[in-house]
Amino acid sequence: MTSRNLSDKPVGVIGAGNFGSAIANILATQNKVILYARDNEVVQRIKETRENRGHKFHDNVTPTNDLESLAKQCEVIFPVVPAAHFRQMMRNISPYLYPYHILIHGTKGFDITLPEGKTVEEVKVLSRNQVKTMSEVIREESVVVRVGCLAGPNLAKELAQRQPSATVIASHFKEVVETGKRLLRNERFQVYENNDLVGVEMAGVLKNIIAIASGALSGLGYGENAKGLLISRGAVEMIYLGRALGGNIKAFLGLAGIGDLVTTCNSPMSRNFTVGYRLAQGEKLSQILMDMSEVAEGVNTIRIVKKCADYYKVRAPITERLYKVLFEGVTVQDALEQLMRYPLDVDIDFIQD
Amino acid sequence: MEIVEKKNKNIGYEPILDGIPNWPVYQLSKNRKEFLEEVIQKSLARIKELRPTRKQLVEELEATVYREQNRIKRNRWRVDPADESNFWSGIKNALVELSKDDTGITKKEEEILRRIVHRYAYEIAGNFKPSSYKFARSFIQFWFRRLLNGSRVKKFGAIFRSKYALRDKIHIVGKVKMLRKLAKRGTVVMVPTHFSNLDSVLIGWVIHALGLPAFIYGAGLNLFNIKIIAYFMNSLGAYKVDRRKKNLPYLETLKMYSNIALQKGAHSLFFPGGTRSRSGAIESRLRLGLLSTSIEAQRNLYLDNPEPGADVRKIFVVPVTLNYHFVLEAPDLIEDYLHVKGQDRYFAEQDNYGSFQLLRFLFKFFTKGSNISVSIGPGLDVLGNYVDSDGNSLDAQDRIINTRDYFISNGKVCVDLQREDEYTRMLGNKIVGEYHRINRIFASHLVAFISFEMLLKRHPKLDLFTFLRLPEEEMEIDYATFRETFKRVRKEIYKMKDEGKVNYATHFKGKADEVIKHGLDNVGIFHLNRPLLKNKKGNIITRDLNVLYYYHNRLTGYDLEKFI
Repeated sequence: MTSRNLSDKPVGVIGAGNFGSAIANILATQNKVILYARDNEVVQRIKETRENRGHKFHDNVTPTNDLESLAKQCEVIFPVVPAAHFRQMMRNISPYLYPYHILIHGTKGFDITLPEGKTVEEVKVLSRNQVKTMSEVIREESVVVRVGCLAGPNLAKELAQRQPSATVIASHFKEVVETGKRLLRNERFQVYENNDLVGVEMAGVLKNIIAIASGALSGLGYGENAKGLLISRGAVEMIYLGRALGGNIKAFLGLAGIGDLVTTCNSPMSRNFTVGYRLAQGEKLSQILMDMSEVAEGVNTIRIVKKCADYYKVRAPITERLYKVLFEGVTVQDALEQLMRYPLDVDIDFIQD
Repeated sequence: MEIVEKKNKNIGYEPILDGIPNWPVYQLSKNRKEFLEEVIQKSLARIKELRPTRKQLVEELEATVYREQNRIKRNRWRVDPADESNFWSGIKNALVELSKDDTGITKKEEEILRRIVHRYAYEIAGNFKPSSYKFARSFIQFWFRRLLNGSRVKKFGAIFRSKYALRDKIHIVGKVKMLRKLAKRGTVVMVPTHFSNLDSVLIGWVIHALGLPAFIYGAGLNLFNIKIIAYFMNSLGAYKVDRRKKNLPYLETLKMYSNIALQKGAHSLFFPGGTRSRSGAIESRLRLGLLSTSIEAQRNLYLDNPEPGADVRKIFVVPVTLNYHFVLEAPDLIEDYLHVKGQDRYFAEQDNYGSFQLLRFLFKFFTKGSNISVSIGPGLDVLGNYVDSDGNSLDAQDRIINTRDYFISNGKVCVDLQREDEYTRMLGNKIVGEYHRINRIFASHLVAFISFEMLLKRHPKLDLFTFLRLPEEEMEIDYATFRETFKRVRKEIYKMKDEGKVNYATHFKGKADEVIKHGLDNVGIFHLNRPLLKNKKGNIITRDLNVLYYYHNRLTGYDLEKFI
């Protein structure tokens, strides 16, 4: 099914951010790659310097500013743009997509549809009717059905250094998983498969919340015991939230869940971790966000998930405390104290024996 | 004053194909032998593909014999052929005689498989005969009409008049014109909801009334136990689906039958819920086996015409909901459902109704005012995309999609069974969504829903089963409160209709008191114990909580509970 002649066709990557550039380079070791950047200046700069955000591009990567020609040349496309722009990007490319296209996205955030002029805080309730994963956005906005997602512990900087790493590709279609595997796999990059698309997406999105919390703990100067506590309770919270939002438990135990969680919670390189770290040092959120060159998806995720947790009546103590820290001016220290007083009961109660 | 349904505008439809010899179903039956031979050949090939080694094949055959002999022992039906036991012991002996050494699939194993598939193919096959089709059709129409007139116009002679036609009693609404157009352009797969054994007869009449050529049906074999239905089914082009047989050779033969018939352009009908809805709720999980044949058939049609621009006959899926005030089998269905759900014990499917009960029901049905409505949904392609009346698939922005593109990898149409499984699941979800959208709510559904939810709310601590065991005598709903709730929920339903989420019958609008009365008078009208009644004080009471639960379930899945 995935025959050789497909590799003659170039592979598309949409979004020339940190992760998008890293993915483009991994793909380029075996394929021609067309990399789309929204900003024409970025395209020109890449053409001239062959560099972007510290990534030195492989010769096989051609930058472009034209979605139409990208969709026409590539049957396999990896969209890696921030969640907030994802839907608009899909609307722009949708007229050029056909049911035989394969889209494997690498965006770890939620899409949210709100009534005109309202913010997350102003709407009464938030449920899965308004909150969508990226694969759902792809299905809603285009005729593409062969959809997959890329998740797992993939810090762009380590990928760029060709350190050993792995990813998981989730899709309902074997064909999508096989294609993704064939395109991405190399001796430094292992690819696992999963068929719970929404579960894997959820795991990737929700782990960003815990990453911020982990950064906060580090910022307060706490050590490994605290982190162990956070990661295990954080995983439980993710599973509860994920289940309420339509994923199943298994995806959370794999690379996209625990794997990614441990990585991001230990990495000062991760954006979400940095947000938490600096908050704990007493900086204001607005100030931190201003300094960042790329979106920390976790901040928005906390706003959305907190509201959803209210609607689905899920206990989410970590998310709730973080929300207070981010948007209600509570200090990290106070939030942590509240959390430590939280009446805990059973360690693990989501697996039936 | 009685609230009447608006007169049906549709005064009857001209047949879209003149003359039975042009009907695809007739062509199939004329070449029955060749057709069945093709089914057998291709089923054999498919089974061998699925069980490629000799070991796997022999194991499958042994499992089949074991299951069949078990079925014969435990669950025999009147319709089962007399030579069954002999046939299967014959197969068993043949299997025993096979040599034990594994040297690849030989003629012997193939021959055994062929005998089984051959038997199944002939068992499944329908036998459409124009003469008996015509007879059955006119017979049904004549008597339905006599009964109808005899009962409505209360004079003896009226039984021979034709003032009322069946279509006054059965309302067909929805995308009728589109269905007729699509049936001319391509092959239609009609997928109705399934509540009652009456559905099969009803839908047969609907197809005829709309001027469509006869469809081939997948009808449950249990229906053929009732002789009078068996006669009509046989002559109306039904093929038999035996839900007891779950073995691979049977399922593959059945699917191949449907697949090839579709490829040959025979309009088909499946009840994708499999069996009648036990709970009374609209199907939310479909059996995907037969549904997958429409996708496979479409792909094969594209495979046979590989050039991109080729004119390929398209297959259209049309969801249909059937709406009743009354379902004859409701008490048994809900009993079944509760037993299975409550995990007390399990009952095998059985029908307590013979020909006599059925006739009595039909008589009651025609002599008393209980309407049926049939809503025809919009046409879909095999991927669940809406189509326009020219048969073009459309995306959400109304751009035309080429259905062929779904079957393409690397620029070529190809077979990918896993992919098609996924497509089938998508199609199934789409059909379920359409069922809920085109469902026509009757007043009787809503009064049942509201009363049950109101009663249930009084006992927040009881689980469903404990609640259902409470004595009915103690349950009474104050009419004024009921009326308020009814108005509130009805308003929500109006809102949902404006959003295109559901539909309702014309009698559903109007003064609340009258609509409630219409609902109470009609809900489960012919049951021995009525699910809802008014007592002397004018309050609402129930005589059968289980049956009330059944009629209530019709409106689950719309999230209306929160407005009670």
